[in-house]
Amino acid sequence: MTDPTANSPNLETLVDLMSQLIDLPIAPEFRPGVIANLARTQTIAQSVMEFSIPDEIEVAPIFTPEP
Amino acid sequence: MTFELSQADALTIADAVRSKTVSARTVTEAALAQIAAHDSKLNSFTEVLTDRALADADAIDRAISSGENPGLLAGVPFAVKNLFDVAGLPTLAGSKINQSRPVATQDANAVAALRRAGAVLVGTLNMDEYAYGFVTENSHYGPTHNPHDLSRVAGGSSGGAAAAVAGGLVPLTLGSDTNGSIRVPSAFCGIYGLKPTYGRLSRAGVFLFASSFDHIGPFGRSVRDIAAAFDLMQGADPGDPVCTLRPPEACLPQLDRGIDGFRIAVADGYFAQGGEPEVFAAVAQVAEALSAKQQVTLPEAQRARAAAYVITASEGSNLHLPRLKTRPQDFDPATRDRFLAGAMIPNTWYLQAQRFRRWYRDRVREIFQEVDLILAPTTPCAAPLINQEKMVLDGVEMLVRPNLGLYTQPLSFIGLPILSVPIRRPNQLPVGVQIIAAPYQEALILRAAAVLEAKGITAAPVVVPS
Repeated sequence: MTDPTANSPNLETLVDLMSQLIDLPIAPEFRPGVIANLARTQTIAQSVMEFSIPDEIEVAPIFTPEP
Repeated sequence: MTFELSQADALTIADAVRSKTVSARTVTEAALAQIAAHDSKLNSFTEVLTDRALADADAIDRAISSGENPGLLAGVPFAVKNLFDVAGLPTLAGSKINQSRPVATQDANAVAALRRAGAVLVGTLNMDEYAYGFVTENSHYGPTHNPHDLSRVAGGSSGGAAAAVAGGLVPLTLGSDTNGSIRVPSAFCGIYGLKPTYGRLSRAGVFLFASSFDHIGPFGRSVRDIAAAFDLMQGADPGDPVCTLRPPEACLPQLDRGIDGFRIAVADGYFAQGGEPEVFAAVAQVAEALSAKQQVTLPEAQRARAAAYVITASEGSNLHLPRLKTRPQDFDPATRDRFLAGAMIPNTWYLQAQRFRRWYRDRVREIFQEVDLILAPTTPCAAPLINQEKMVLDGVEMLVRPNLGLYTQPLSFIGLPILSVPIRRPNQLPVGVQIIAAPYQEALILRAAAVLEAKGITAAPVVVPS
């Protein structure tokens, strides 16, 4: 597995901006861990995003209009 | 009838209580004494409900004296992971933050179902904070220790539920499984743990983690106890939006039907690599005992695990967003950064993962046209040490915590029913094997497990912590 941060130079900026966008303050002592975790998730998500899914495949969650 | 109370399974205890060989009060007092004697070493309980348990036990004894049927689990002591609502307690879900929640006003649906059958709730059990982990090394409540080796983890996130059963404190517990949290601790502690089909058992009154994958299920030391508890908890429940409307299917009466005609295969590829030789040897042992000759390949299992990771992080973070905003310092350091990062996952990653889930489900469904049961290791290794950060698997050094669910995550991802069975390995640390079936085929799994148990391939003897 390659270093995920090597391809994600803007993750620090993303975390800072997303923190503002969703009003989720990130304390300075937690910030490096959050960035590292998001980088790890990016690496993991990459394999999902690379996969070609047919248009007919809908998302899986169950929703019923009435309980 | 004579039996050793601390070694007996739940149904043996219930038989003894119903026949007045022993009173429910005596059984409950014995369980409370076991907890008092041994839980200081295991740290599996977070709350012991002495008064409530004794009152319930007395009610069972009164019912028996009046000639009433006290139920299938009459007088059986049980305990639940502390994310199940228990009337009168705040539902901790392994957190410090939830200590300030209002106390639950009623028991979770599953807890109530077991109590209606005469089981006696004696306490609540330790877990990874908000179920986000595989080790039960909880910074607020301490680590739960493995009864087989107190220096090792019990597994997680339902670590207390597994350790309490393996250590002989109670014969039956309930836990939850999102990515492996019933199966991993069952394997590490050498007991049976059932993760039923997604939606098969109501989660009403359970503090969820990632709703797309959250299941509940029982832990026990015998296949029949697992079947009995599963049967009692089945049934539609409008309180859980994913709970199935299918009629319950009693498994306990089916256990002695054998496995003639079953098509059983070993999962190859992803599930046959990346682990210690001993876990594959365990699978081979089970395969031989069940005459499983063929192999099957679950396609894209690695990607399934990745998708499960993305969905879990995203849903878990959204659930906890209010607490992440206001009390981040009160989270366990083991979960905090992951939850914070999960709140920033782009929705296209999440949606792609959910669509992939549907694709993968369809492929695996095709495989179940050809086979009835699939075998795979539960974990890639036996229980690691408490505080162990890294391990070497198949020559590759990796972090312990994220990788214990290697073989469990791609399966709960599509809600398959799975029983982790404990392989009999005297004087060695336990390992488990997953018996996997198509959705709603729990009975087939339990019939195969009954065969393994009868042959002595699997066993879950009580281990007195020392």
